[in-house]
Formats: sequence, structure tokens, C-alpha cells
Amino acid sequence: MQWDSRAKIIFKQNWNDYHLFRIETPKIAVEARPGQFLMVRVSDTPYPLLRRPISIHSRERNALEIFFQVAGQGTALLSRKKEGETLDIIGPLGKEFIPDWEHLGIAYLIGGGRGIAPLYFLGKELKKLGAKVHVLYGGKTLADLPVKEKFKKAGLGMTCSTDDGSFGFHGFVTDLLENEIQKTTPQILFICGPNSMMKKAAELAAAHKIPARISLESMMGCGFGACWGCVKRIKKSDNGKWRKICEDGPVFWAEEIIWEEAE
Amino acid sequence: MMIDLSVDLGFLKLRNPVLAASGTFGYGLEFAPFIDFDKIGGIVVKGLYFGPREGNPPPRLVETTGGLINAIGLQGVGVEKFSEEVLPKLRELDTAVIVNICGASDEEYIQVIEYLDRQEGVDAYELNISCPNVEKNGFCPALDPDTTGALVKQAKAAGRRPIIAKLSPNVTNIVEIARAAEDGGADGISLINTLLAMAVDVETRRPKLANIFGGLSGPAIKPIALRMTYQVATAVNIPVIGMGGIMTAADAIEFLIVGAKAVQVGTANFIDPASTMRIAGEMKDFCERKGIKKITELIGTIKI
Ligand SMILES: Cc1cc2nc3c(=O)[nH]c(=O)nc-3n(C[C@H](O)[C@H](O)[C@H](O)COP(=O)(O)OP(=O)(O)OC[C@H]3O[C@@H](n4cnc5c(N)ncnc54)[C@H](O)[C@@H]3O)c2cc1C
Ligand SMILES: Cc1cc2nc3c(=O)[nH]c(=O)nc-3n(C[C@H](O)[C@H](O)[C@H](O)COP(=O)(O)O)c2cc1C
Ligand code: FES
Repeated sequence: MQWDSRAKIIFKQNWNDYHLFRIETPKIAVEARPGQFLMVRVSDTPYPLLRRPISIHSRERNALEIFFQVAGQGTALLSRKKEGETLDIIGPLGKEFIPDWEHLGIAYLIGGGRGIAPLYFLGKELKKLGAKVHVLYGGKTLADLPVKEKFKKAGLGMTCSTDDGSFGFHGFVTDLLENEIQKTTPQILFICGPNSMMKKAAELAAAHKIPARISLESMMGCGFGACWGCVKRIKKSDNGKWRKICEDGPVFWAEEIIWEEAE
Repeated sequence: MMIDLSVDLGFLKLRNPVLAASGTFGYGLEFAPFIDFDKIGGIVVKGLYFGPREGNPPPRLVETTGGLINAIGLQGVGVEKFSEEVLPKLRELDTAVIVNICGASDEEYIQVIEYLDRQEGVDAYELNISCPNVEKNGFCPALDPDTTGALVKQAKAAGRRPIIAKLSPNVTNIVEIARAAEDGGADGISLINTLLAMAVDVETRRPKLANIFGGLSGPAIKPIALRMTYQVATAVNIPVIGMGGIMTAADAIEFLIVGAKAVQVGTANFIDPASTMRIAGEMKDFCERKGIKKITELIGTIKI
């Protein structure tokens, strides 16, 4: 973990509500692993007060990228930062996506909406490790799939879905996953998106006995284990105690998650 | 100019008046990557019950304008694990260590103190009298002068270390409670704990916290905390440690001016994890600018 209070925004891109920043932060970048996140200070004033957790979207040499959707005041303020300005960030935080398996085989990455954010870094790293990567990217409508081309450019296989049928498969990304599982047998799934989508994907993984890694979200006070504010109930954790999403997660094995409590 | 930031609480000498507040600093070690412990006055570790505690269901946090409402429910590892795994590491730090003591009954507070009394490396106990008492329908000792006085007295008798009574602001007459703590034998008083609060999601009409209520902290509560610190510091003869919404040295100095001998910094640690160290540094700058040689020259100097 490092603290960089002067990480410079060197590139910005935006599509309506979605924003991508490239941030120069050599010390955090060397340590970063897919699935980990940053705590980003969005304001110098006490409003909004807390830092916001944002996943690491990509590593580009000594820089990191974040990809986020405006959800409220904090992310709106963040989106207005300009190229050349600096950000105060702490990271990399949390546990990574990739298990230490000898052989990863066919890996399916399932991302919904802003949940696609950590899957780009993950896809690139998995590919380096020799996995066969295929990404399923779902959104409400075409406008919710702004980074789809990027995956293709990185040589990652991708199928898209939209709830309204405006692009790709017409339906939920979990329906798309169900179809794919009939055709191929992934060795592992990596899932990030809205809770309802992750829960459905976890059910599919369980039904087909495919191990799945899932990235949970939670309200975070600190992001580094000091406030105990981010907990959810996770199975197999010494007698089912609340566990910290920031420290023990955000990524868990699907079978560890107790969904009623995770929502 | 050499500036002396040290303060003497009578029962404890501090390098400078800035302590980290309980529950916002983990067990202390979480902040090792961010601060030098020998640049702050000390730390108050997270509240400890005798056994491990599960705490409340999530969501436990909600942000409001300039503040944070938390309903952690004092999740923690318990005094045994703390003494075995954390305390040995805290002993190596060059800073004062105060332990925040919790109890679901009067007996539990005493059990925690008796256990810690057998350990080395603790400088004082901060009695968190805002814990719901399970035998009294969740009634907190902090809400009533008699129960406050009685608990402080028992705690004082149970252990060998100084007792700081930490007061709750959720009362009609804070001075009355402070006096009861002093009469009970408290060596010092710290205030304020969080203000009982709530927030509602207008879409779903549900409370934003699973626990419905939580405790409000952060800049939003500072004026109330300052007023209460002033009232209490004026009324008692034991040292007062002020807290509530301190983000900068100027905030901290306000508390000193109204009579606090030291301060605690809480919520600010989440936003700027080096807050305690930064505030101590900024205090020095303030003294330099004002030509103040000793920080104690500021304490209780409010001009009314
Ligand atoms: C580990 C982690 C990684 C994340 N990565 C990304 C990412 O890469 N890109 C991205 O767009 N978003 C990400 N998020 C979600 C992002 O943190 C929230 O959208 C953001 O904090 C909302 O802040 P706000 O001030 O804009 O909205 P607020 O006004 O605070 O809230 C708006 C809405 O967002 C919800 N919300 C608030 N805080 C959080 C939170 N910490 N987690 C989830 N929901 C929250 C609120 O309940 C509310 O419904 C991540 C969250 C976590 C926990
Ligand atoms: C997440 C959180 C946990 C807390 N836990 C404790 C605790 O265990 N014991 C205690 O006496 N006070 C606890 N407090 C209260 C703080 O110590 C402090 O009194 C209060 O937050 C006001 O100071 P601040 O505005 O600087 O945060 C907690 C506060 C927060 C925000
Ligand atoms: S966010 Fe503070 S402990 Fe996880």
C-alpha cells in the first residue's frame, strides 16, 4: 500500500456518465494487481467528506487508469477534475482477482455496467498467464458499453449484451453467460457488476460447478481496515463473523458469499 | 524558535496534545504506513469488550453533509486477543497508549480493566460509558449522572491505571454528568462521543443504516462538541480532552482555547490518514506565527 497525494491526471476521456482517467503514480502502479482498488479523495473541503473506492482499470507503465460512472456528488466532482491536476489516492488496496493456480484454462469475465472497470486489467494479466480469456460485457443500452472496443484492441474476446437489444445479445448478461456455458466449459469465472447480476451469475456458476471469483462493493469509511464499516457476512470465515470487504475482499470465491446479507 | 507542544494531564505527560480517537484508528498499527508514532501525543485504541464482538449488520456507514453516521456496533477482537496479538506491538511504539473500555454490564467493564491491569504497555483507560447495558434494556451509563458516577467509581477501584470518562453528547445536561464522573473519581474527562442520528433513503423510504440509528461524527458536529467542551472544562477541576470534528490545527486550537488540555482526532483519519501528525505540525506553525513558546499558554484562554 502506498499513498500518493500528488498523482497527476495525464489523460481523460468521457462518454456521458462514464469517465476514464489515466493517472501517473509510479509507486502504486508497480504494486497494483487486478481486482485491487484505490481510495480517491474527491474534494479538498469536508463535502463530500470520505474518499471514494474506485477499482484499478488498467496499468500503463508507471500510470494507472480508473473507469467510473457518476453515481452521486463524489463521483460527479471527480469527473470534473482536469488533465494536469493531481489526485490524492491511496492504494493498491484489497485482495486480487487471480488465484494462484498452475493452469487457468478458459476464463470467462462477466461485467455489468461500471462493473467492467477491473476486468480490463484482469483480462490483460490473465492473457499474459496463458489463459484463454473471453469477456461478457452487459449494459442497459449501447451507451453503457463505452469501453468495449478497448478489450478487442487488447486481443481479448468479447461478447456484449444490452437489456434493450440496442447492441449485441438482447437480454441480461447472465442470460448470455447461461448460453455460453452450454457451448463451452469455462474453468473459472470472474464477475463484477450490480448485486442482482452477480447473484444470478454465482447461481449459474454453482449449478455448473464452475469456480467463480466475485468482486463485492460496500460503503467504505477508510478502505484500509481501520473503521470496520465495510463488512459483509462471508461464509467459512472463523464461524461466520462479519468480514471487511476492503481488507479480506473485495474479491471472494462465489461460494463464500451469503447473498441475503451481501445486498 | 523552540516551541514546547507538550502537555501534562497530571496522570499522563504527552509529547503534544494530539491523540487519535477510539474507533477511528483501528488498533493503531493500521496507521503505521501513514504516520510516525513519535510525532503524535498518543493513540486511543478501538473499544474493547471482554470477548470478541460481532457488531451490527451492514450497512454500517452513511455519509451526510460534512459528517459520517456510523453503526459499527463496536465489533472487535476482545481483550485477550488484543493483549496477545496487538499490545506487544504497541509497546514498541514511542507514543502514549490509551485503551477504550466497553462493557455490556458493569461487571464486564470491570473484567476488562482487571484483565488489562495484568498487562504492561497501557498508559490509561478511557471508559466508554456510551455502551448499551443489556441488563438495563440497553440504557447507557452515560445518560444518567448516578450510573455514570457509580461506574466510574467501580472502574477506578478495579484497576491501577488512570480513568478517563468519555462522555456522550446525547444528554440534556452534560455538566451534571461531567461532575458525576469527577465525583466518582475520574482522573480526566474526554468528550464528545458521537451524536445519535439517522438518515433516510427517499427512494425506498428505508433508513440508510441497518441499525436505523447511528452516531454522527466529523466536521458537522464540531460546534456542538466545542460548546460542550467549554461547559465541562469550566465546571470541573480534572483535565478535559476535547474532540468532535477536528480536521485542522485551527479546529484543535479552538478546543484548547475553551479549556481542553488535549484533543482527539477521529473521522479525519479516514480522509487524511496522517491527520494526527499533520495537526501537531500545524499547531507548531501556529505557535510560531503567534510567538507562543508553550502550547499550554493557549489552554483555557477564551476571552468572554
Ligand atoms: C471496491 C470498490 C471498487 C469500486 N470500483 C468502482 C469503479 O471502478 N468504477 C465505478 O464507477 N464505481 C466503483 N465503485 C463504486 C463507487 O465507489 C461508488 O459509486 C461511489 O463511491 C459513489 O460515490 P458518490 O459520492 O458519487 O455517490 P453517493 O452520493 O455517495 O451515492 C450514490 C449511490 O451510490 C451508492 N454508493 C455510495 N458509496 C458506495 C460504495 N462505496 N460502493 C458502492 N456503492 C456506493 C450509494 O448507496 C448511492 O446509492 C467501487 C466500489 C467499491 C467498494
Ligand atoms: C467509525 C467510528 C467508530 C468509533 N468507535 C468508537 C469506540 O469504539 N469507542 C469510543 O469511545 N468512541 C468511538 N467513536 C467515537 C470517536 O472516538 C469520537 O468520539 C467521535 O467520532 C467524534 O470525533 P470526530 O468527529 O473527530 O470523529 C467512533 C467513531 C467512528 C466514526
Ligand atoms: S472501509 Fe474501513 S475497515 Fe473497510
